[in-house]
Amino acid sequence: MRVMAQMAMVMNLDKCIGCHTCSVTCKQAWTNRSGVEYAWFNNVETRPGQGYPRTYEDQQRWQGGWVRDRRGRLRLRAGGRLRKLATIFSNPVLPTINDYYEPWTYDYETLVEAPLGEHTPVARPKSLISGEDMKISWSANWDDDLGGGPELTSHDPLLAKISADIKLSYEQVFMFYLPRICEHCLNPSCVASCPSGAMYKRSEDGIVLVDQDRCRGWRMCVTGCPYKKVYFNHRTGKAEKCTFCYPRIEVGLPTVCAETCVGRLRYIGVVLYDADRVLEAASVADPTELYRAQRSVLLDPNDPEVAAAAEAGGIPRDWVQAAQRSPVWALISTYQVALPLHPEYRTMPMVWYIPPLSPVVDALRETGHDAEDVDNLFGAVDALRIPAAYLAELFTAGDVGIVDGVLRRLAAMRAYMRGVSLDGTRDESVAARVGMSGSQVEDMYRLLAIAKYEDRYVIPRAHAELGDPGQKAHELEELATGCSLDVEGGPGMGGWGPFGESSGRLAPVAVETFHVLKTRQRPGAEPGPTGGPGDEEPAAPPPGAETGPTGGPGDDQSAAPR
Amino acid sequence: MSGADVLVWVVLPYVSTAVFAVGLWWRWRYDKFGWTTRSSQVYESRLLRLGSPLFHFGILLVLLGHVGGLLVPESWTNAVGIGEGTYHVVAVGLGSVSGLATVVGLAILIYRRRTVGPVFSATTRNDKAMYVVLGLTILVGVANTLGNVTGGYDYRQSVALWVRGVLSFNVDAALMAGAPLGFQVHAVLACVLFAMWPFTRLVHVFSVPLGYLARPYVVYRSRDQRETLGSRGPRPGWEPTSRHEPREPVRARRTR
Repeated sequence: MRVMAQMAMVMNLDKCIGCHTCSVTCKQAWTNRSGVEYAWFNNVETRPGQGYPRTYEDQQRWQGGWVRDRRGRLRLRAGGRLRKLATIFSNPVLPTINDYYEPWTYDYETLVEAPLGEHTPVARPKSLISGEDMKISWSANWDDDLGGGPELTSHDPLLAKISADIKLSYEQVFMFYLPRICEHCLNPSCVASCPSGAMYKRSEDGIVLVDQDRCRGWRMCVTGCPYKKVYFNHRTGKAEKCTFCYPRIEVGLPTVCAETCVGRLRYIGVVLYDADRVLEAASVADPTELYRAQRSVLLDPNDPEVAAAAEAGGIPRDWVQAAQRSPVWALISTYQVALPLHPEYRTMPMVWYIPPLSPVVDALRETGHDAEDVDNLFGAVDALRIPAAYLAELFTAGDVGIVDGVLRRLAAMRAYMRGVSLDGTRDESVAARVGMSGSQVEDMYRLLAIAKYEDRYVIPRAHAELGDPGQKAHELEELATGCSLDVEGGPGMGGWGPFGESSGRLAPVAVETFHVLKTRQRPGAEPGPTGGPGDEEPAAPPPGAETGPTGGPGDDQSAAPR
Repeated sequence: MSGADVLVWVVLPYVSTAVFAVGLWWRWRYDKFGWTTRSSQVYESRLLRLGSPLFHFGILLVLLGHVGGLLVPESWTNAVGIGEGTYHVVAVGLGSVSGLATVVGLAILIYRRRTVGPVFSATTRNDKAMYVVLGLTILVGVANTLGNVTGGYDYRQSVALWVRGVLSFNVDAALMAGAPLGFQVHAVLACVLFAMWPFTRLVHVFSVPLGYLARPYVVYRSRDQRETLGSRGPRPGWEPTSRHEPREPVRARRTR
């Protein structure tokens, strides 16, 4: 048993209202830049729908993820190492910009600069790729709310897997939103596809990142990822992807998408897993077994044996404790209501989803039935096979039974809590019908419906002291005095730029420092969250602190001449 | 032997080699981020799928031919029983085929670069200069091969000796001074190309990912301890979104 820790997320789809706040805040934080205008590290899709990029789930076409060969071994669907090298001069199945969408802006200048004339000036859409006028005909969520109707919706690759005769009446039955970020998989096929070895999984928290200095722009990761969540920056020629907001996670803050989620539907926590069993679990023969296999890789943090093995394996005690309190673990394994997205890609994705019960409830209510009566609900879950089959294609490789079980648990919670709210009865029989106890149902209700901030996000801080001891002293000073130029290969190499102490780029300010400073500025404030020695002394903001963690306009691109 | 000969056939190759070596070291040390070809496949895939493999496999064969023709002494090929006649037939045969593939591939790629708007927009002046030198070098080289089909000029007794002389620090400028003009131009262009190499996208040649064949599929790495906890250093590639100046489909001048 080799215990490793993984930052994971659960999204409760019942609560998603499709407002795209997560997408927008993510974009502002990470991809509001030249070269990744078209990239949405977080996007929200309406399902059924084509998704973003268009029909990315059609792996016959896009060749993402892993497949199990006849000998029972996993291989990359797009081909192994030799094939990758042989096709390195032109990736055979790379999505082009039109498969995402051509990004644009508007010519706002004419609005203020147009001379007085008969007609009101208009801001024409201009392509951010070619700079020319363009007709906007697609975007990251063009088929939002089933916009475009059956013509567009019918291209959903998942619909092809469900029988054809139900398609037409189908859009009237239900629709839901699917927010997607990088899955930070346990068995990431993008990492496996990278010829340069630039992509890696962080051993501390399992976050999958791209080393921009090692990326050589071969684009194999874009093909390798079945979720198409690695993007090619067409200006810098490098791969970029969702970072799980690691600078925030490291100091115990939730990701930007989770923090700003209006519906408060995201849960972040640590899960422990057995790294030695990942490959075996990803290779099980029957795709519908993958969900259970994936769950079996996760280790129970409350098991003393696991906790001991974790600490022996170098996982800090507070991380094990966080794993014990993890809402993600609870939703996946204790209540068993969270399901992985497309387990059949065999990448062991670590962003899990609670399937939406609301289409069922809505359909029931429209028929005039009591939508919270447990028998009505159970009957409806069984009767509305179409949503369940669709959800099964999404979350369980087609096994409707598992989805059915989850929906029944959610339905039972609804019925049980109605009893509690209306007349104070705690009907254990309702809970028992889904194999739970009343108190378990109430705990689940607290996590799903009350969903307090500190219950949703149990994020242990990263341990800087696990690294280089010399560096540790520096970190503990907690000032962002670290010069970003001091990296190997950077122009600094020891304190300042090549032309003296103040040359070079601005030093980054840490999110951590920002919060500590803010706390201190309040009268009678408690010591900052770190409690480190640096807290005694007020820290002056370093020069350039106002530029924020993502650098400022001083960033010149000496790298790629253009 | 004139001073010009020494300048061109002794000084130039060493200056070029020095710039090449030091430049590569410098670029690697200071600009790992820029070490890429800035692929334009997301803009256009159809022409690239045809032109790029044609060009790249062609030029790899050409490279192999140069190693065989310039670095392997004639006495070695004779020793393994390959006579001058056989050598020449193989050299011209392989040379023409690989040269043709390279030229056709390059032509497709340049056509694509010129006519596909977004690809052209992403082309820097640096790229254009590199294309000119690379293209000329290849064209002159192919012309030399085709012009010497009869084997009238034995470059293995002159050009090859000069190249090996440069590499062994024992140059004889006279060997090149007496070569036909085509070979001289090709050699000078090659020197210029080598000097440009570290400062253009040609550096991607040195990142052939052979390590991929040996490493495990999934790479694990620890958190980058050089970064302050909870921060992310400023880095290149964070320019705000901007719009190119609109350009005519083909005959436009790049203004950015």
